Amino acid sequence: MAAATTISQYSRYNAKVARNRATSEPVWIRWALIGISLAFLTLFLFIPLAAVFTEALRKGFETYIAALVEPDALSAIQLTLVAAAIAVPLNLVFGVAAAWAIAKFEFKGKSILITLIDLPFAVSPVIAGLIYVLIFGLQGWFGEWLSDHDFKVIFAIPGIVLATIFVTFPFIARELIPLMQAQGKEEEEAGLVLGASGWQIFWKVTLPNIKWGLLYGVILTNARAMGEFGAVSVVSGHIRGLTNTMPLHVEILYNEYNYAAAFAVASLLAFLALVTLALKSFIEWQTARSAQINEASADE
Amino acid sequence: MSIEIRNVTKNFGSFSALNNVSLDVPSGELVALLGPSGCGKTTLLRIIAGLESPDGGNILFHGNDATERDVRERQVGFVFQHYALFRHMTVFENVAFGLRVRPRATRPSNDEIKRRVHELLELVQLDWLADRYPPQLSGGQRQRIALARALAVEPRVLLLDEPFGALDAKVRKDLRRWLRRLHDELHITSVFVTHDQEEALEVADRIVVMNHGNVEQIGSPQEVYDNPASPFVYKFLGNVNLFHSRVTAGRANIGEIELQLDDHHEAQDSPAFAYVRPHDIEILKERTGEPSFEAVVSYVHAIGPLVRLELERADHTELVEAELTRERFKELDIAEGARVFVQPRNVRVFLDPASTS
Repeated sequence: MAAATTISQYSRYNAKVARNRATSEPVWIRWALIGISLAFLTLFLFIPLAAVFTEALRKGFETYIAALVEPDALSAIQLTLVAAAIAVPLNLVFGVAAAWAIAKFEFKGKSILITLIDLPFAVSPVIAGLIYVLIFGLQGWFGEWLSDHDFKVIFAIPGIVLATIFVTFPFIARELIPLMQAQGKEEEEAGLVLGASGWQIFWKVTLPNIKWGLLYGVILTNARAMGEFGAVSVVSGHIRGLTNTMPLHVEILYNEYNYAAAFAVASLLAFLALVTLALKSFIEWQTARSAQINEASADE
Repeated sequence: MSIEIRNVTKNFGSFSALNNVSLDVPSGELVALLGPSGCGKTTLLRIIAGLESPDGGNILFHGNDATERDVRERQVGFVFQHYALFRHMTVFENVAFGLRVRPRATRPSNDEIKRRVHELLELVQLDWLADRYPPQLSGGQRQRIALARALAVEPRVLLLDEPFGALDAKVRKDLRRWLRRLHDELHITSVFVTHDQEEALEVADRIVVMNHGNVEQIGSPQEVYDNPASPFVYKFLGNVNLFHSRVTAGRANIGEIELQLDDHHEAQDSPAFAYVRPHDIEILKERTGEPSFEAVVSYVHAIGPLVRLELERADHTELVEAELTRERFKELDIAEGARVFVQPRNVRVFLDPASTS
């Protein structure tokens, strides 16, 4: 009840402010700002997106479907999904563990760990791919040992998975660290005093408190895992039907002047991105709502 | 269950939070750890609970060493300063948590849990809130739910960290009387931390006054208020007037008056501090046989049951604060600027530690 009154009070207040001449910008400035942002969005985001779908369907719906069910395309879709399916859960576990350690414990080297988590953001994806080539490639540190044991990392699926994990691992940890730091550790301590084990505290206390942040992190990780080009391109070797992910497949088709097929696969990627965005806004709306309830009740 | 704390020390880096602290909490008592912020009281409470481990010393529960015992095995109930209720669980689930997480062998049945939780919610008079979520409750309600949750596991010791710190004055007063009654009903050994002397004096059976990681005094509220063991305790428990004085062979000089003391017989012209509570300052219009000094009333504050006077000594050395009843104030019939005689009673004299050491 308290929550509802506070929120409605604020929205009434905002409406008043918007109508008040004294506190708002002149009309022409407002329209100019809105116009510029809209023009920018149309030019750089909306037109390319629309172009992807029009180009994809230019030669008819049948060509479109054919481009997607062709064996090489299917294999690219499958590889993309496999890489994401391995990278996302691994980064989920790593991200939660790292955020937990950083937010709830004091230890030496904590700031080094925080910096290391940001490393994939700072390093160019191409460099990330090259690192793996240097380590696991034929002339690399473990190259000889790996070829002796007949295990391929570079120009094979393991390399693609490794590169994907590397570029996506900051997302979940970055999302959770500030959240968990803000929540503090009192609730966990309360669970401990009440006799709960570490696992019980994690499942019953910590996880429900971070679930929206965690889901948000997972969605971002997934989006990047499916869309990653640079790092994967270096380690993949572009073997059709074997080591091509969707972004790489699009590039190959484009270079072969097969525009309709290239745009068809690209439209699938764009569609996945749109779904991800929709999920993301839904989660943002949910988090904002629960934050608002908490805030309103804390105010009273 | 009794708690004994033996020579406990705790440092955070170079900061000494607890400095060789020893104290006993007898079974069934309600004890207050009282002190200013940063005095180590919360650290001591967390060490008793097992949420921190001491650098040295021992904690004994019922005579058995519990220093190394895991938090979960200590059977303590802990009420956190900001309650730490599980925000995504209903009030019912919050209280049931301690029972639900038990291993299957000792976990009560669902019906039993339900019965026990409702019993506890009735005890804290909030049964009607069982389906609400913590963010929907007021501060006082959250406090009582936190208490019910702590009691659900049938703790042998109840520990409360600033239990009324985050509440407004009215709710605070009601809740502390309620806590006192609850304790009289349950008789569970309880320790609570507070920085509010009024709260400690009203609620506790025994007060432990702490400062800078040391125990300054342990005693009943009456003892610590009437016979403070140190200048710190004197100053911390209520308002006080401080007079600079010199002590020679059991006699103290404050301005022109001389007081016979019970102690300090061996002192020879030692600098000392004399403390008098404002309500122990007698105001007279005429000089009597008793030792008194002259002063001018500089300020009168007459709101509430007591009248507060600020007096300036005739030798302009110190300001004196006095508290009178309204009746006495009327009887005296004085106003700002009046010349009066001040007669301190119950003076406590402490030698200046800088000069004795």
